[in-house]
Amino acid sequence: MTDTPLAEPEPRFHRPELGFLGWMSVAILLFWVVVVIFAPWLAPYPESTILTNQSFGPGDAENPMVFGSDYLGRDVLSRLIFGARITLGLAFTATMIAFVLGVTLGFVAGIIGGRTDDFMSRINDAFVSFPSIMLALILVSAFGSSLVLLMLTIGFIEATRVYRIARSLAQNIMVMDFVEVSRARGESIWWILRNEVMPNAFIPLSTDFGLRFTFAILLLSSLSFLGLGVQPPFSDWGSMVKENQAALNYILFYGIKVAGAPLLPAVCIFSVTLANNLLVDWNLSRSQQDISGELIS
Amino acid sequence: MLGRLILRRIALGFVTLFVVSLIVFGGTEVLPGDVAEAVLGQGATPETVAAFRKEMNLDRPAYERYAEWLAGFATGDLGNSLATQRPVADIIAPRVPNTLILGGLAALIAVPLAVGLGLYLAMRPGSVLDRSLTTGSIAIISAPEFLIATLLVLAFAVQLRWLPSLARVPSDAGVLQTLRALAMPVATLSAAVLAPMMRMTRSAILNVLSHPSIEMAILKGVPRRTIILKHALPNAIAPIINVIAVNLAYIIGGVLVVEVIFSYSGVAKLMVDGVASRDIPVVQACAMFFCSIYILFNLIADIVSILANPRLRHSQ
Amino acid sequence: MTALLRINDLRIEGRRNRRSPYTPIVKGVSLEVKRGEVLALIGESGAGKSTIAVASMGYAKPGCRFCGGEVLFDGLSVLDMTLEEKRAVRGARISYVAQSAAASFNASLRLDDQITEVSLVHGVGTKAEAVERMIDLAHRMQLPNPEEIVRKYPHQVSGGQLQRLMAVMAMNARPDLLVLDEPTTALDVTTQLEVLAAFKDTIRDSGAAAIYVTHDLAVVAQIADRIMVLLDGEIVEEGATEQILHEPREDYTRKLMAAVRPPPKRSGEGSVSRDAHSDNVIEVTNIDAGYGRRRDGSIAVKVLHDVSIEIPRGSAIGVIGESGCGKSTLARVISGLLPAASGDTLLDGQPLAGDVKDRDRDQLRRVQIVMQMPDVAFNPLKTIGQALERPLEFYLGMRPDQRRQRVAELLNMVELPAEFASRRPMALSGGQKQRVNLARALAAEPEVILCDEVTSALDTVVGAQIIDLLKRLQDDLGVTFVFISHDLSTVASFADRVVVLYAGRVAEQGPTAQVLSPPYHPYTSLLLHSVPEMRPGWLEEIRETETAQLAAASVVEIGATGCPFHKRCPLAIKGVCDTQPPPVRPLPNGHQIACHREIAELGH
Repeated sequence: MTDTPLAEPEPRFHRPELGFLGWMSVAILLFWVVVVIFAPWLAPYPESTILTNQSFGPGDAENPMVFGSDYLGRDVLSRLIFGARITLGLAFTATMIAFVLGVTLGFVAGIIGGRTDDFMSRINDAFVSFPSIMLALILVSAFGSSLVLLMLTIGFIEATRVYRIARSLAQNIMVMDFVEVSRARGESIWWILRNEVMPNAFIPLSTDFGLRFTFAILLLSSLSFLGLGVQPPFSDWGSMVKENQAALNYILFYGIKVAGAPLLPAVCIFSVTLANNLLVDWNLSRSQQDISGELIS
Repeated sequence: MLGRLILRRIALGFVTLFVVSLIVFGGTEVLPGDVAEAVLGQGATPETVAAFRKEMNLDRPAYERYAEWLAGFATGDLGNSLATQRPVADIIAPRVPNTLILGGLAALIAVPLAVGLGLYLAMRPGSVLDRSLTTGSIAIISAPEFLIATLLVLAFAVQLRWLPSLARVPSDAGVLQTLRALAMPVATLSAAVLAPMMRMTRSAILNVLSHPSIEMAILKGVPRRTIILKHALPNAIAPIINVIAVNLAYIIGGVLVVEVIFSYSGVAKLMVDGVASRDIPVVQACAMFFCSIYILFNLIADIVSILANPRLRHSQ
Repeated sequence: MTALLRINDLRIEGRRNRRSPYTPIVKGVSLEVKRGEVLALIGESGAGKSTIAVASMGYAKPGCRFCGGEVLFDGLSVLDMTLEEKRAVRGARISYVAQSAAASFNASLRLDDQITEVSLVHGVGTKAEAVERMIDLAHRMQLPNPEEIVRKYPHQVSGGQLQRLMAVMAMNARPDLLVLDEPTTALDVTTQLEVLAAFKDTIRDSGAAAIYVTHDLAVVAQIADRIMVLLDGEIVEEGATEQILHEPREDYTRKLMAAVRPPPKRSGEGSVSRDAHSDNVIEVTNIDAGYGRRRDGSIAVKVLHDVSIEIPRGSAIGVIGESGCGKSTLARVISGLLPAASGDTLLDGQPLAGDVKDRDRDQLRRVQIVMQMPDVAFNPLKTIGQALERPLEFYLGMRPDQRRQRVAELLNMVELPAEFASRRPMALSGGQKQRVNLARALAAEPEVILCDEVTSALDTVVGAQIIDLLKRLQDDLGVTFVFISHDLSTVASFADRVVVLYAGRVAEQGPTAQVLSPPYHPYTSLLLHSVPEMRPGWLEEIRETETAQLAAASVVEIGATGCPFHKRCPLAIKGVCDTQPPPVRPLPNGHQIACHREIAELGH
């Protein structure tokens, strides 16, 4: 380590170089935020109004439907827009719950250590040894699937995963020298938590937030697709895919336009999760060294 | 020393299985409060509810029921389905090989492909192929299974009509017919697992390749092929096995959705139907089936890691 | 005679990752190595010496690339070779010995496999011949049981032995040129001796040329024919060993020499001389400390055994010992981070609780600790000013405006500009961060500052500057320092009293001049004689002594019965030293030696 001081002072904030994919992802996410907030004004029709008795039809002059009608004759576009609220809103809230629960408990375990940590982590490990959807099925069969229950179920399941990450982060930070210095000074555990652990854990945790959000969306949509997630009268993207499955059989006769009802919700889900994953991946690769050595090049 | 480690790990596996069984039982029979009402619905008469309770032994304390249930498991008595009154064991048994074949085939295709691709890409990081495949795999990882499945169905069943869109396999079907029926479910599942596995393998191998001992081998003038096979691979085995084990969880999760999409008569579809109809013994048995497999695979992965670590194999 | 290796105006640049720009690392270096000659490349980290050394093989470390100049090996232009041609040269004609043997050996392969591999892949003789060369070299490197040791795996072999095995591996294909990259830096000073000697012999016997990269001038004095001094990728000075050591022309070379072997402190110089009534700011009595707890409450791994030390007020106490001797543990016990299992600590005559939690704030204020690694000593998200203000607020209850002013004063005390208060730690160099570390300790206005290897992670020149700062601070403020280090000469130049730790026990303690002169505890004697002196020929002299030969034989074992040093001690008494702990023998001025032998017998 040389002893040459840096010539220039603090680097100022500069626009991160995201590249085409990165900016596209940001655009997609912003788009959906707008849709969720302004849904009632954006949707041409209310979500449950039956406009025609033709399933998967194109819509008529009186009630034009951009993406056609669903299996009951309701407007697909409107249902997509309102569905965004349910899918994204529910998933987001669940992720928030997951974080509050997981980070709190994870930090406690990581900082206090000892038997408390052992006890909590063993219990957590038991829950983590279920694949998420399996655990979701069990909990749904126990409690049912109202919107609130779904939120809590998904939040709980994701919390067990967040717990591990938060605990590991806390442990890593606690053994750093600057925390030892604070301990030697006599600082209380609260001070250390607030001043040393939380600020340094913030960035890795926010990266994980993006990942969890994606998992929550996928978990919820899978549950709905299986018929065990969001129940009528509410409808999210996953249940839209499920209820309109029949359209796939008509493609041969009527062409692909007919399949808007089951396909578009799936594509919407995909757009959000893809954008999210691309951003998270970009974030992660920023810190990685991808220099190739001689062996490789 | 090595033996003791392995035994401890196996013991831990059993403990986990035990705790999992507690959660499964607790989740399905204890938590819902009154199981009888939940199953029979709100319109049931008090007599029906009471009769149901008696029949299901629900008037006994929870730990007794748990012990009985657990004992039943050990002896192969999985209770009777609430919907059909048939023994659950009889219902599950024929479906087990179906699910195993589906998952097994998917793993068989995905694992070598993923590891191979991951290895190949790790040796050319930053290349065009590497970057495009990595981004492509992000796309697949982001896609929900039902999207992948639907697109495959559209392409192969509807447009090209090569494959059936449902995967019903009559018991007297020939091999070719079975394969045709299985093709898309297996393809969907493989694709879903391939992507994350490939990324993780690549990452693990890059890690191994950047170790100082590999640089030393280069400076000794060891030929490239020897470095990869003799120096890097032994150190990469444990991380790769780990990657595979982690991704097997994806397969279990994916199997649920795939079996439902394709109406494939496996254990997963049975479980989903069971949850929908609140057929508790069925749900319990299916959950235990999947969790046991998952725990088993993790156990194998951990044991392989232990065995592959030279420090543990040859102690001081 | 034409040179074996000639490098002309070599330029290399490097970048941290794919997105950063390339910056120059080696800026036009030319050198020459003749057959059989040993050239030393000296410089601090970042000077580019390793990069230049591996360039001789046409190898560029990841992220680096050649951008100018030529490398001629035996007339062949290395940089123009294809990868296959380079491969043929590496290991067979030019061989590399890395800094860390533990990291460079493949953990999954047996040692003999890796060692003979070099010859086999290059087709140098048959396998039997390669094995024979390996065993023969291992013998000459003084490795115990060569036939058995090579059949082991790397983790089953000690650090010093691994380092020698790496040299055995490098020489297996009989190369013309050896590149040794700081091969003894990671070793304890007493192990280094033997390894160094083994290298020198083998190189000389084989007739190979060598490039020896290091930052330690004294080591180089023993082994090199010519020395080249590098700074920031450029040559500062070059010449024969004798000339560089005795008549350095350049300023930087002189600074380097002074930093490597500072003169020991003369007794009475600048500090409080001890008399019977001088009070002790800290007294540590019969301390047992360690890590982990067994079921019966006793310590699982005991590091300190029955340690008693007195620290007089206003003095500078040096604590020396090699890795694993417990010196850092001692610092943690005194600071309260690791409560002792038994024994007492007194601060100004009052009992001091073992755990930080049980001490009151004023007690905590009076004892401050400064850690080794400047890079992780600060919360990366806080500014220097915030880091310094916290102790002012916590201990002294200062108001914000008072604090800001005091921060400026503190920065001034450690010779840093006041504007650093608004900077983040990331923007400071290692030496600057260590100064801020000191300032943070001083902010509490303590009575005692524990310095735990504070210069070990710094370059030699920078470290010497920190020591100078410590001396000045002590003169100005009268703070008591406890300076912990493995570097004997640094400690000797700064401390009034020295404590020598071995395997968690106090071997010897007393005024510096007395400890460093006979009579010695046998371990102190070994330590002193292991520190290479900057005169050529020292190595040969020292090897002859029984001390050195015994020392090389084994590894430090903590927890053995009797005196822990008995296996390596030339004066060990069979039946006594291996069964009973040694008594503490008093000498004048608070000097103590723990040994079974009488004082009269100790002493060369």
